[in-house]
Amino acid sequence: MEKELKVAALRNGTVIDHIPADKLFQVVSILRLKYYDHPLTIGNNFDSKKMGVKGIIKISDRFLAEDETSKIALIAPNAKINIIKEYQVIEKRALVLGEEIHDVMHCANPVCITNHQPIPTKFFVIKDEDKVRLKCQYCEREVAQDEIKLKKK
Amino acid sequence: MNNSLVSITDYSKEEILSILDSARDFEANPNRKSLDGKVVATLFFEPSTRTRLSFETAVIRLGGKVIGFSDAATSSASKGETLNDTIHMVSCYADAIVMRHPLEGAARYASEISPVPVVNAGDGANQHPSQTLLDLYSILKTQGTLENLKICMVGDLKYGRTVHSLIQAMSHFTPTFKFIAPDELKIPEEYRIFCRKKNIPFTESNELNDNFNDADILYMTRVQKERFQDLMEYERVKNVYTLQNEMLENTKPNLRVLHPLPRVNEISMDVDKNEKAYYFQQAQNGLYVRQAILSKVLNIANNE
Repeated sequence: MEKELKVAALRNGTVIDHIPADKLFQVVSILRLKYYDHPLTIGNNFDSKKMGVKGIIKISDRFLAEDETSKIALIAPNAKINIIKEYQVIEKRALVLGEEIHDVMHCANPVCITNHQPIPTKFFVIKDEDKVRLKCQYCEREVAQDEIKLKKK
Repeated sequence: MNNSLVSITDYSKEEILSILDSARDFEANPNRKSLDGKVVATLFFEPSTRTRLSFETAVIRLGGKVIGFSDAATSSASKGETLNDTIHMVSCYADAIVMRHPLEGAARYASEISPVPVVNAGDGANQHPSQTLLDLYSILKTQGTLENLKICMVGDLKYGRTVHSLIQAMSHFTPTFKFIAPDELKIPEEYRIFCRKKNIPFTESNELNDNFNDADILYMTRVQKERFQDLMEYERVKNVYTLQNEMLENTKPNLRVLHPLPRVNEISMDVDKNEKAYYFQQAQNGLYVRQAILSKVLNIANNE
């Protein structure tokens, strides 16, 4: 499949490309696409030179909010977001993790206070070479990126 | 934000030194009236007699009054009250809160919602800054300096919060560390990274009878049975990690043995009479350090 064609098919909306195939349905769930009633394309296991196989999501008439992109950045940091207006890519957005992550994920430490009391979580993003770790504001433990459990909302 | 003390990393090097200075002042004269009219709440959601008595004595010797509980079973937390509500309620009555809680991060959270300063008296395996400051005070008192010391840490270096906090606090003073722990309880990778980043030299070993003859401080910790999956391994380690008096024979004259207490069997009783044993004086130093901490969080000058 040719990338131009897929992108061009969308008049207004958002394309999320280069999603690791095993994370595709997590992204679908983060964006609550099950309940979305505008045209929507979800594809998976497409050939990719960079990744082997990849997933792609095209959502018409929707532009992602900041907390949505930061959630995607947590589980699929190398995905690419294209914003489409009138069939044109008007913005290519790389997913960037901010310095802090608010109330998006659980702390991996079972004895952290945030897992026992109704407290919004807060993590500081620590970038060490190409690895990302997240330090809990409360228990001060670090969570590796592949241990992340997102909150269900 | 108020004046709370949650983690040893909340304090700069200068603030640490100023607390130690103030503690020396309190040691010279621990009975004062500077907290006259003040009420300090000690909220102990898990029992810790030693820490609670030390904080309460610190308040009382400065003329303040204490309210609180020593066990969550006797507080409304046992009725399901949230920590948020308990803190808000107590801050209506007290000028400062000293809190021990079994869950990690509880003290940070309390400090965010409390209108009065919170002093963390231990949150699970995370932080216990008054212990760290009294360890530093004991090191300073026995060595005359905190700079360029060789510090050997022994025992449970994986879960021992006093060890982790002491590494963070000593990092201001160009130390050299030696970590001696059984393989199950080795120092976590994040503290190795921390030392490398700060250019702090360290060595590791899994045998206590490795020589620590060049150390200035021998910091012993308790090896707890519940940390081991293999209980036979615990039995082996327990005996290997007991400090015997004769092991101190060739150590430096200025060496002092510290231990956050309670001790079980990691220091043989015959060490107690050795002049290098310092753990009981160390506990006493806690009183002066806690007087200094309470005065700082309440913004009370020493000479009042």
